[in-house]
Amino acid sequence: MRTLATLGIVAVMCAACAADPVAPAPSAPARASFDPALVARGAQLSAIGNCQVCHTAAGGRSFAGGRPLETPFGTLYGTNITPDPDSGIGRWSEQAFRRALREGIDREGRHLYPVFPYEYYTRLSDEHIGALYAYIMTREPVQAQNRPHELRPPFNIRGLLGVWKSLYFEPGAFQPDPARSAQWNRGAYLVNGLGHCSACHTPRNFLGAERKDQLFGGGEAEGWYGPALNAASPSPLPWNAEQLFKYLRTGLDEQHAIAAGPMEPVVRNLAVVPEEEVRAMAVYLEALAGPPSEARRKNAEAALALAASAPPGVGRSRELYAAACGVCHDHGRGASSGSALPLALGTAMTIPTSANLLHITLEGIAPPEGQPGRAMPGFANALTDSQVKDLMAYIREHFGRAPAWTDVDAELAKIRKERK
Amino acid sequence: MIRLDVNGKSQEVDADPATPLLYVLRDHLQLNGAKFGCGLGQCGACTVLLDGKAVFSCVVPLASAAERRVTTLEGLGTPDKPGRVQRAFITEQAAQCGFCIPGMIMQAQALLEHTPKPSPAEIRSHMSGNLCRCGTHMRIVRAIERASREP
Repeated sequence: MRTLATLGIVAVMCAACAADPVAPAPSAPARASFDPALVARGAQLSAIGNCQVCHTAAGGRSFAGGRPLETPFGTLYGTNITPDPDSGIGRWSEQAFRRALREGIDREGRHLYPVFPYEYYTRLSDEHIGALYAYIMTREPVQAQNRPHELRPPFNIRGLLGVWKSLYFEPGAFQPDPARSAQWNRGAYLVNGLGHCSACHTPRNFLGAERKDQLFGGGEAEGWYGPALNAASPSPLPWNAEQLFKYLRTGLDEQHAIAAGPMEPVVRNLAVVPEEEVRAMAVYLEALAGPPSEARRKNAEAALALAASAPPGVGRSRELYAAACGVCHDHGRGASSGSALPLALGTAMTIPTSANLLHITLEGIAPPEGQPGRAMPGFANALTDSQVKDLMAYIREHFGRAPAWTDVDAELAKIRKERK
Repeated sequence: MIRLDVNGKSQEVDADPATPLLYVLRDHLQLNGAKFGCGLGQCGACTVLLDGKAVFSCVVPLASAAERRVTTLEGLGTPDKPGRVQRAFITEQAAQCGFCIPGMIMQAQALLEHTPKPSPAEIRSHMSGNLCRCGTHMRIVRAIERASREP
């Protein structure tokens, strides 16, 4: 309590010390004032940054905001970043836009919540910020008032963000590593800047800040677990750059994963950006995990052997697995699209939480509505809770080859409640 | 023996618990409304209701259906006295080859039980897992809209 009280006092003191406003422009800049090539470049960068995902509500107008994002501190809503002069950011000059991305301060001079990933965007180059500005300012303006965030006290006090920033925010441009290749540096810039990959793949402390000592050590997003991308990767088979590229580009690598949950829109965006950008990211990510250790190579061999053999075990859970899962996932029984991943190779089985496997089992995997893509049916209506638990235990033991999950009951109840 | 409640009738089935529910319905109980399309839960031709919710019966283990309420196409009506959704599908002539239609009707039934007055967007979204290769989607959507208007 004492800490909170102290933070509160500091917050009140800091409320006044965010920054000066940037003068509003009389109106949004004219579309014709932007070079079409710059706008096109901004479109690609915006896709890498996943901007539209958080700034567009389900079924809503692009970039007009309103999408809820659940956090441990309450629900935040994506804001309207269309160039509407009143409800959007039409009166933001490029200078104000740049300051928001680099310093997490809005045009009026108020701190922005770090759910807007300025911790990463701070690394962006002037050139890229200019292109993003050109792209955003040439979108269709939409009149839509921002929905107020619903945060628990004391997190609803914006002034507190000043304290948070002084503790955790490290502004500054990307620093290339001259010892590494240009491609690696390009990848590092994209992964740690615009891509803000570690936002979901790094654990956070009780104030929602990244635990820098465990960078890329596995994080959380929207009820899903973002697996570790560093040497602690839970993937049964190590990834190489070619496989990472394929996954990031198409959402599927037959030996590792199919994109699901919050990763699905990420790969959908990376499918339309220049190939070399995604290749650079893949090169950086391969290096991030480093060459596989001897133990990891042995583990990979065991996983491959398991994937190539009949599913083990006996009893009720084995029967459930055979009828509901094995029909597509068993060795030699690939789906017609060739995409059913042998469970021995997937990370949902090996990560510390049952959340991802439960999400996939209950909800299935589906491409966005109206778009082609690989689909797995959800089993929420087909399986009872006790059957789901039996299946989780069976799959974890035989394919995850790891101690039983202890969070199945809680995670299952949570997902069932969300589906109601 | 596994006890099933199908269309309000309690029945015992002698089959392996891992048998897909679809096979039991068609081969043991002679309820041939649900169709075998892909066998992989990808097309929806085998859709039936389990406790009032749509499932793809080709990937539902018999063990999962035990002691639960199963509703098939036959449970909605008869050729002489078709149910509300069936009537609407006939009126709109939603079937071309007709193979997907039993699954479409069951999926629509599940939607209307949960959402009696669905919007066009809700209909499309809810039906998106059921495929029709003839391309009668517009008629299927119209049939569901019609059914939602009828008592």
